[in-house]
Amino acid sequence: MTATLEAATPTPAAGEIPSFTVTLRIRRFNPEVSEEATWEDFTVEAHGTDRILDALHKIKWDEDGSLTFRRSCAHGVCGSDAMRINGRNRLACKTLLKDVNPDKPITVEPIKGLPVVKDLVVDMEPFFASYREIMPFLITSGNEPSKERYQSPEDRAKFDDTTKCILCAACTSSCPVFWTDGQYFGPAAIVNAHRFIFDSRDEGGTQRLEILNDKEGVWRCRTTFNCTEACPRGIEVTKAIQEVKRAMITRAF
Amino acid sequence: MQTHQYDVVIVGAGGAGMRAALESSKEARTAVISKLYPTRSHTGAAQGGMAAALANVEDDNWEWHTFDTVKGGDYLVDQDAAEILAKEAIESVLDLERMGLPFNRTPEGKIDQRRFGGHTRDHGQSAVRRACYAADRTGHMILQTLYQNCVKQDVEFFNEFYVLDLITDHDLTTEEIADGEEVNATGVVAYDLATGEIHVFQAKAIIFATGGAGKIFKTTSNAHTLTGDGMALAYRRGLPLEDMEFFQFHPTGLAGLGILLSEAARGEGGILRNSEGERFMERYAPTIKDLAPRDIVARSMANEVREGRGAGPNKDYVLLDLTHLEPAHIDAKLPDITEFARTYLGIEPYTEPVPVYPTAHYAMGGVPTNIQGEVLRDGVNVVKGLYAAGEVACVSVHGSNRLGTNSLLDINVFGKRSGRAAAAYAKTAEFHDLPADPTVRVVEQLDEMRNRPDGERVADIRKALQDTMDLNAQVFRTGDSLNQALADIRELQKRYRNASVQDKGKLFNTDLLEAIELGFLLDIAEVTVVAAINRKESRGGHYREDFPHRDDANYMLHTMAYRRPTAASDQAEGHVEGYFDHVEEFDGYKVVLGSKPVVQTRYEPMERKY
Repeated sequence: MTATLEAATPTPAAGEIPSFTVTLRIRRFNPEVSEEATWEDFTVEAHGTDRILDALHKIKWDEDGSLTFRRSCAHGVCGSDAMRINGRNRLACKTLLKDVNPDKPITVEPIKGLPVVKDLVVDMEPFFASYREIMPFLITSGNEPSKERYQSPEDRAKFDDTTKCILCAACTSSCPVFWTDGQYFGPAAIVNAHRFIFDSRDEGGTQRLEILNDKEGVWRCRTTFNCTEACPRGIEVTKAIQEVKRAMITRAF
Repeated sequence: MQTHQYDVVIVGAGGAGMRAALESSKEARTAVISKLYPTRSHTGAAQGGMAAALANVEDDNWEWHTFDTVKGGDYLVDQDAAEILAKEAIESVLDLERMGLPFNRTPEGKIDQRRFGGHTRDHGQSAVRRACYAADRTGHMILQTLYQNCVKQDVEFFNEFYVLDLITDHDLTTEEIADGEEVNATGVVAYDLATGEIHVFQAKAIIFATGGAGKIFKTTSNAHTLTGDGMALAYRRGLPLEDMEFFQFHPTGLAGLGILLSEAARGEGGILRNSEGERFMERYAPTIKDLAPRDIVARSMANEVREGRGAGPNKDYVLLDLTHLEPAHIDAKLPDITEFARTYLGIEPYTEPVPVYPTAHYAMGGVPTNIQGEVLRDGVNVVKGLYAAGEVACVSVHGSNRLGTNSLLDINVFGKRSGRAAAAYAKTAEFHDLPADPTVRVVEQLDEMRNRPDGERVADIRKALQDTMDLNAQVFRTGDSLNQALADIRELQKRYRNASVQDKGKLFNTDLLEAIELGFLLDIAEVTVVAAINRKESRGGHYREDFPHRDDANYMLHTMAYRRPTAASDQAEGHVEGYFDHVEEFDGYKVVLGSKPVVQTRYEPMERKY
């Protein structure tokens, strides 16, 4: 038996945040009901460490089962629940209510630039199509080594940051260039190209740079840094894009 | 309704499913069906590493790894399978490196390795550096690398499709099937979440790689989507489940939340302390201390709390102390888990110890398979064309307690094996006819749930289930607590028959699918508890306070649980009078327990000391 369940002290511990009520103003859309999207407010009781995802679950489980959103791991590693929270792209499972000013209604909308399917769910296919286009896999030539390929810790460090990507689309769907031009590869695809272009084991850099030199490629980036701010994994997205631009100039092909 | 035909259909796109797909799609027309988008699967949440005796940083070999796996599993491991796991580990890690996985490196550029619980040098002498890793996101890197290679190989995916039934050419739930008679798996029925449409997939070979069932518990490291789908589908179709009483509680979940903090934290030097600041693992496992296997550490932690040495205002957790480690070292080796502590508990691990408590983590049991990944329909006979790999399966390489880093290994070794075996079988096999109306069960089930007017809330039943499992079937169990859990589950099964959903629509109806998933959870919790009631001994992850010792004379056998009609025989294969003869009657069916011998090759069971 767990000892945790016996604890029932009414006095909050030092540093503990007491329960509070919070209103979520959610963008609802269900094409089976109406072609129009609407705002709907829900007020729920929340605990100190609750996240936006906990509040969404409370609404879905106790009030309105039709509220629709994606989620899986619930701790910021699977990338299912990127949404626009108070106008900023975040993961619902990584955003604590207390950190987004619960005194006022918190707005929750689907991420922008991808077709909305229902409520907070968007069609991810265009996003993954761009990802697949940059050839996101190790390209090598010659015979496979019998053991591992060697790589120095210094070489490994060059692309460490961009290996963190969880393909949640928070960056791409925060990019004003992507909003106006859905053909633009977008930050996430470039981040994943960077992960291979700067991997010393890879021999496909030239091909990837050619793909990203396209008119819908890396030069469309206006360095507004929205992507870097949006990334829930703390990847320096804009810096990675700059490094890819620089590689294009320095690695003549 | 749409019908598809593939040589091989793989259910699940986590590590095991995609590793299988990379093999089978080279040889046979393959489809991967997943209820999530690719890269969302819970393999991506694995942190610490993947074991393989590469000996890149110190002396090591696969025989030591085999021994550790067998001893770690408290001798309920099938030793032939463990030997394969440890031997093929080396090639599996090298496969991943060649596919592009960015492992951490040694100064000379080789794959780096670190210590992990229960992995030792020379049969328990001291901890050994065997876990190959990529910071504390090894699972993320494996999932990404496997998906990248699926993109490269143009593997076909059906995303956000829920498989809701398995089709076989014999009804295993009612028919008496003669020993040696051929039973074939012929297809699966799936539900497309986006449209609500039903799809039938006819296949020569089917691989279940659907993962675990951690959501039967309240405090768990598992994703919301880990609802035991594959296990429950096989079980409902009359296939046995093996060793379901053995569930692993990972020692270091973030207190109150259950979010996983990798054992790598202790591998890198982290120490568990009680409220008195004592390094209490010195008392429980004097040789390897904090790096003892998970069952031992989890029990020790729960015991400290029970005896009043828990930390915090309610004295209900212990502390994971990293404060003596260099911040730069923490940043390099443990960046993600330290961020979890900051994000979710507001704790700075550089300077403050992190509150932790055991969290439900991994099902050692599952769908029984042989070493080729073929699913068994009893102790000996297979279902032709049906395979299982990863957490859904029980080979059994983990016995009664899995060692850390052996699950990322399991998905790679047995994912690859089952992918190869399925493709080879599909090359020689023909399609078998499907029944006239293969979707009837699924359509009825969905319609009934969708059309039932106001009833019980799914979330209420699920919460009650998770509460009773945490209270009565967790780290410490007794006959009384387990019987209480069973009584609660019976009641919840009744309430479930009256459950309803609010969303009656066709499109992206997650309300409906959560209700279906709850049905899986109830069945898995039920069989877990029945098996736990029967096993009156303590072994690995299953600890009975009323039977605190291991009883090899009577229980050195795998549990095999069958769900059968009420009128069927009370005896299952491996029936042992007084030990594996338990029958539990339910409304309209019963659970009958039998057994299967443990394969022992090199290692005689010994007392487990660390």
